[in-house]
Amino acid sequence: MLSRFSSMMKTTAARLSALYLLLFSICAIFLVFYMTHLAGGFLINQTRTSLNQELQSLNRVYNRGGIRLLVREIDRRSRRPDAFVYLVSDQQDRILAGNIAKIGRGVLKKEGYTPKPFRYTRIGEENEELDDDDAPRAIGQRIKFQNGLTVLVGRDLGEPDRFKKIIRSSLGLALGIMALGGLLIWFFVGRRALRRIDSVSKASADIVGGDLSKRLPVSTANDEFDRLSVSLNAMLGRIEKLNSGLREVSDNIAHDLKTPLTRLRNRAEAALRSGKSDDDYRDALNDMIAESDKLIQLFNAMLLISRVEAGYSKHSETELQLNEIAEGVAELYEPLVEESGGQLISKIDDNLVVTGNRQLIGQALTNLIDNAVKYGQSDDTIISILGKRSDDQKSITLAVEDNGPGISAENCERALQRFVRLDESRSEPGSGLGLSLVAAIMDMHKGTLTLEDAGPGLRAVLTFPIQKTTAKT
Amino acid sequence: MAMKFLIIEDDVEAAKYLRHALDEAGHVADLAHNGIDGFALADHGGYDALVVDRMMPKRDGLSVVAELRENGDNTPVLILSALGEVDDRVTGLRAGGDDYLTKPYAFSELLARLEALVRRGSASENQSQYQVGDLVLDRLSREVKRADQTILLQPREFRLLEYLMRNAGQVVTRTMLLEHVWDYHFDPQTNVIDVHISRLRSKIERGFDKPLLHTIRGAGYVMRA
Repeated sequence: MLSRFSSMMKTTAARLSALYLLLFSICAIFLVFYMTHLAGGFLINQTRTSLNQELQSLNRVYNRGGIRLLVREIDRRSRRPDAFVYLVSDQQDRILAGNIAKIGRGVLKKEGYTPKPFRYTRIGEENEELDDDDAPRAIGQRIKFQNGLTVLVGRDLGEPDRFKKIIRSSLGLALGIMALGGLLIWFFVGRRALRRIDSVSKASADIVGGDLSKRLPVSTANDEFDRLSVSLNAMLGRIEKLNSGLREVSDNIAHDLKTPLTRLRNRAEAALRSGKSDDDYRDALNDMIAESDKLIQLFNAMLLISRVEAGYSKHSETELQLNEIAEGVAELYEPLVEESGGQLISKIDDNLVVTGNRQLIGQALTNLIDNAVKYGQSDDTIISILGKRSDDQKSITLAVEDNGPGISAENCERALQRFVRLDESRSEPGSGLGLSLVAAIMDMHKGTLTLEDAGPGLRAVLTFPIQKTTAKT
Repeated sequence: MAMKFLIIEDDVEAAKYLRHALDEAGHVADLAHNGIDGFALADHGGYDALVVDRMMPKRDGLSVVAELRENGDNTPVLILSALGEVDDRVTGLRAGGDDYLTKPYAFSELLARLEALVRRGSASENQSQYQVGDLVLDRLSREVKRADQTILLQPREFRLLEYLMRNAGQVVTRTMLLEHVWDYHFDPQTNVIDVHISRLRSKIERGFDKPLLHTIRGAGYVMRA
């Protein structure tokens, strides 16, 4: 709990709230004192006013009947309920009349207004001590007569004091409640924020630990934490994809490069062991060169895929006429298809503009046509290259269609995976990387590769989004 | 015609093999095993073409080529690189290389490209007419005649023949044809070029006794009377 609190104190939010709380308390305390001071002053003034009135009335009594009448009047008034404070004393400070039993020392020595409130006890309450804090306080006017008598008329300050006390304690209480409330809110809010940050850092620690499939928690609140987590998760997704691509490549290097390397080595061993004539050796060497060429091709394809997937540099991208690329590729392949007894038809609209890398798009298209030539053969092969804008003008599609045996729907998905060669094509030469390269190239161009049933045959569709800047009508 | 090459390549074994192979093909080659020595030799001049590896200790190949070009040296340069991506090729050519070949390569490919590079600098490059035997190609009127008999060619077939005839007497590889006639810097898996060649061959050779367009096994094609 303590460590939790101290870690909470380390958050920026906690520090800020502590500072706010401190400033607020200082202001509030100042306000309380200022207000009670003002109110107290006001009440004392009022007390003084009523004291003056009393003095004037006593003055009139004195004028009428002299000191004798005054003392009698004082004696009479002292007995009233809610009376003023009255005291008549002689030169030796002995109390002669009034309603005071004890009075603070030295109060009677001087004349005029008491500059400070004095303490006293009333008759009947003598058991209270004067230096007691609870002893009543009063302010008063002292008048000295020539015969040595001192008359003190005072007004009890109990009311203003009580008022001040009540205000102070209630304001203090309110302040205390507010401070406590602030503390509680801070504690819970801070703890909640801390808990979320903790869960994020725990999740990231797991991710750092190697579990790249883990994601940061996202609540339903959609607050700034969630937005941060969502974008960090997107970043993690990208990293994971790159990482798994890398792992896949190294796995595949292990598997798919070792197989031909083994063949290469076996061929060399066989020639050394049983080669009899120069021709035998020559054959073996030719085979080995052919085998290593295949290896190189495979290696290049894998490298290119990972380069493309890692994000090809954008400066090799230009504005391209897809129709020109498609027509060029069609023209390149037409003789080959015709030579094998088929037909190559191209229906390509004009002015299909995208931004991209001409070489890579050209390669994607040749890979698709290569596939159609290799696997799409039928009695009367027709390979079509179709290029058009989508009806909503948002994308451009290039499709390569054949009327061969096609690929079943469940195999379409598999055919796109790296190194997957469908059983039907095992006997044909190839790396199993053609379609993955196409998919990677399309991904780089923010487009997609889809395989569809062309009934009969296979339709491979490249979909390019039309960017705003390149859209021309 | 014997040519003199400079091979700047840090892999000693590969460089020696290359010199040996060039020697067998009737050429001469000097070796340098790092960029600094290579630049010193190349700067001295006297070579028909340079073969420069990209990644080398002390000094990389591209900076050697760039400095040679800055000094006004226009000796043809063939850049060799293990990096074969489209980008790398562009940076290689931008630095002043004339051609770019990705390792590992077939020697026949390297030789064909080197010979083409050296020939490119010669006068035959800009002739308005090419002739091989009795076959004449006019670059201005875009006409092809054999023994005064006009041969009709598709535009692409014309460009194919033009490239072959410009390099007459020299082996031209399939990759070179793809690059120069189609501007594709990748190899399609199927051999599409062969079909184009056989079509062109039938057009220029049908009805004539003497073959002009020959296939060199394991290397490519050559136009020869």
